[in-house]
Amino acid sequence: MTAMENPNRLIDRQGLARLFARWRGEGRRILAPRRLADAGPVDFAEVTSPDEVSFDHVQTVQSAKSAVFPRVEELFSFRRRDNSVELRERDLEALPLTVVFGLRPCDAAAFSALGAILNWDAPDRLFSARRQRLSLVTVACTRSDEHCFCTSLGGGPGSTAGSDLLLTDLGQGGFLVETLTAGGSGLLAGAGSLPPAGAAADKAARLARVDKKFDLQRIGPALAARFDDEAFWAGQSLRCLGCGACAYVCPTCACFDIQDEGGRRLRCWDSCGFALFTLHTSGHNPRPRQSQRWRQRLMHKFSYMDERQGTLGCVGCGRCSRACPVDMSLLEHLQAVAEAKP
Amino acid sequence: MSAPDILKPYLMRIEKVKEEAPDVRTLRLAFADAAQGEAFSFRTGQFGEYSVFGEGECTFCIASPPTRRGYIECTFRRAGRVTSALAALEEGETVGFRGPYGNVFPIDAWRGKNLLFIAGGIALPPMRSVIWNVLDLRGDYRDVTILYGARTVADLVYKDELAEWQRRPDVRLVTTVDPGGETPDWQGEVGFVPAVLDRLAPASQDTVAVVCGPPVMIKFTFPVLARLGFAPADVFTTLENRMKCGVGKCGRCNTGRYFVCKDGPVFTFEQLKGMPQEY
Amino acid sequence: MEELRSKARELLASGAVQVVIGYGRGSGGHARALFLRDPGRAHELVYDGSCLQNLCVYLLKPEVRRLGKPALVAHAAALRTILQLAAENQLAEGALLALLPGPGGIETLATFAAIEERVAALDHGLGAGEKEELQRQEAMTLEQRRDFWQEQFSRCLKCYACRAACPLCYCTRCTVECNQPQWIPVPAHDLGNLEWNVLRAMHLAGRCVDCGDCGRACPVAIPLHLLNRKLAAVAEESFAFRAGRAAKADNALSTFKPDDPEDFIQ
Repeated sequence: MTAMENPNRLIDRQGLARLFARWRGEGRRILAPRRLADAGPVDFAEVTSPDEVSFDHVQTVQSAKSAVFPRVEELFSFRRRDNSVELRERDLEALPLTVVFGLRPCDAAAFSALGAILNWDAPDRLFSARRQRLSLVTVACTRSDEHCFCTSLGGGPGSTAGSDLLLTDLGQGGFLVETLTAGGSGLLAGAGSLPPAGAAADKAARLARVDKKFDLQRIGPALAARFDDEAFWAGQSLRCLGCGACAYVCPTCACFDIQDEGGRRLRCWDSCGFALFTLHTSGHNPRPRQSQRWRQRLMHKFSYMDERQGTLGCVGCGRCSRACPVDMSLLEHLQAVAEAKP
Repeated sequence: MSAPDILKPYLMRIEKVKEEAPDVRTLRLAFADAAQGEAFSFRTGQFGEYSVFGEGECTFCIASPPTRRGYIECTFRRAGRVTSALAALEEGETVGFRGPYGNVFPIDAWRGKNLLFIAGGIALPPMRSVIWNVLDLRGDYRDVTILYGARTVADLVYKDELAEWQRRPDVRLVTTVDPGGETPDWQGEVGFVPAVLDRLAPASQDTVAVVCGPPVMIKFTFPVLARLGFAPADVFTTLENRMKCGVGKCGRCNTGRYFVCKDGPVFTFEQLKGMPQEY
Repeated sequence: MEELRSKARELLASGAVQVVIGYGRGSGGHARALFLRDPGRAHELVYDGSCLQNLCVYLLKPEVRRLGKPALVAHAAALRTILQLAAENQLAEGALLALLPGPGGIETLATFAAIEERVAALDHGLGAGEKEELQRQEAMTLEQRRDFWQEQFSRCLKCYACRAACPLCYCTRCTVECNQPQWIPVPAHDLGNLEWNVLRAMHLAGRCVDCGDCGRACPVAIPLHLLNRKLAAVAEESFAFRAGRAAKADNALSTFKPDDPEDFIQ
């Protein structure tokens, strides 16, 4: 049965437990949101059972991008032999099959933006291999907060884009299951027979309400018009501390550094917010001021990527704003850009 | 069957080391795997990422012309961690090379035109590749003029090749050093490159100019070219920006809508006008 | 709050300062840094229990210095920070006005001597919850502490929010930004994370004024401030020195005194 023919089904917590057990039996690593401690933050961690999974949070602190773009990744290792060097490549077959369970629709959509960056022109072997081994079981949003703005960018709390399966909490411990891909069908095989969802399963009634907060059509032209307005960017970025929190929690940020260490060449996360990012060895820095670096963040995500890779570099998940130590709310700044008088 | 690894370097053997100037050396590199060397080709203007395994990678243009096969060359000044490591290596040792990356000088479109090459100091290497490429196809081009300047006589790079270009009747070479940089037996010009260019006043008709040098030199050279009648679309330069991956993914060299590693390093001044000054 | 706004209005209108660095209303109703330059917008200033950020982190930022002489809305930790920055020659006498909101109104402290006097009279003790948190750490065995911190640092992203939020981390080129040699590895693996956090704690030992901003800034909720808090206490025991009490003070870890205890030399 193809994904298209597979009718929507219902699943309860016991069904989920069976799925997790089946996935683990197939050798899949399961990453899901887990609360750190009582009233602590919720973040993706490796889990074995749905009992460990948090369902009552709005959003996790970090994104799920580590599943395809880890914080630290070995590109290859090297060893000197007399005057020569031996290179040893990564064994792609050894990369784990992974299910990310419990990500939000914005997070699922973000994977295509990551692919647009990392596979631009020439494919990135490690990213592509990890992506191929990855399944996304998304849980729709029944709550949102003031930092969410998925709907302003064409997404939504119940959007199916990018997911293999989309679960919506219908209350009373049951979830609606929408199967979006053949991979999703395969994932459900271990649940046993699941009842079809009837007319009573009203997904729309359960979804969080996320109002549109700005007109996306205005952003691109407004950014271009504002580019040279130093005072505008300085005003927005005055309290920015220049750390990397926003870039690191972001599901679509993929800028990286390459470092040689201990016989290995490593790729690791980097951020255009750091002054060091663009610094030349000569000491010249093309973006010496934080206002220019802040401008770069917005331009890259909402203008350059759109133009060159055909996709925005943002899904409106709000993580950057929540993680920022000084409340640099991206949403607020985008609204200011959209509304700014020329 | 997975895609080739774009971040994995070729292994190269250092065939020859030449000290060009204080802290400046040229390495001639040959592919450790002869079959890879046979299959390798590039076009003038392109660059690569050169590795010292354990230290890191560094970005240099390929300073040799594609018309000379069997090796590639790079010329660099010792400045930071990787260049310091490269400066300590000897013939026979192994380095890594990824490339060729970037766009090219459109030398096919330049056929039948006069060519004016203007370079300063350590910026002659990016131009050396295209100069030799042109000289190896000399009949395709009209007048070839090279204006090259450095701070002092000792800082001039490719001294042997400068002498060779000087001897050629089909090349006009003008070398200059900054005021105070001349030696008692210096035969060339004395003056900053833009000033010497002004005195030279080459014709702009049917001429393409290539300018490579430190930002301050370019800043004062372009107005002279404009006065001489060069259109921005006929003046080419190479940009440098901090790079890591060299293939448009790590984000570091992103300047406006351009990535210096993919849309450059060769740009016309017309293109520079539409780019934020973030390089 | 109205008194603070009037004060700000007055200071800006008279030209006594060019900017008031205070707090404004941000997301979720929480306070965030505000740079007030227009006296007509003084109503944007707030002061309540959510005004925790140590605003002194902005005093040495070039973009903020360029605005001119500031008045800074300060709490106890910020006053300690001003004194420590002065002791480290980062602030000159008369460089700013400190505005201290209190039950009796707004105190304007214009000199380091005034700030020292005020700091001496304030209670800088830890709250009950904070004391308990520290005691829990101190009650751990060495192995337990090692396991605790290894687990915490495994989550570190090396985003450097802790460094960026700390007013005493003002080096324009941080140790981690040196690559000849690369003292601390760049990638955020377990060893590098441990090295980074321990390094920062050591670089602040004897200098940290215990504002807690580093722990608050950490996006993955690592309680880093505990390291700094503990080392501040150790520095006090070892050197009889508490940072942030005097505008003129020697650096505890780099000042040699002939009568320094040497009982560790066997």
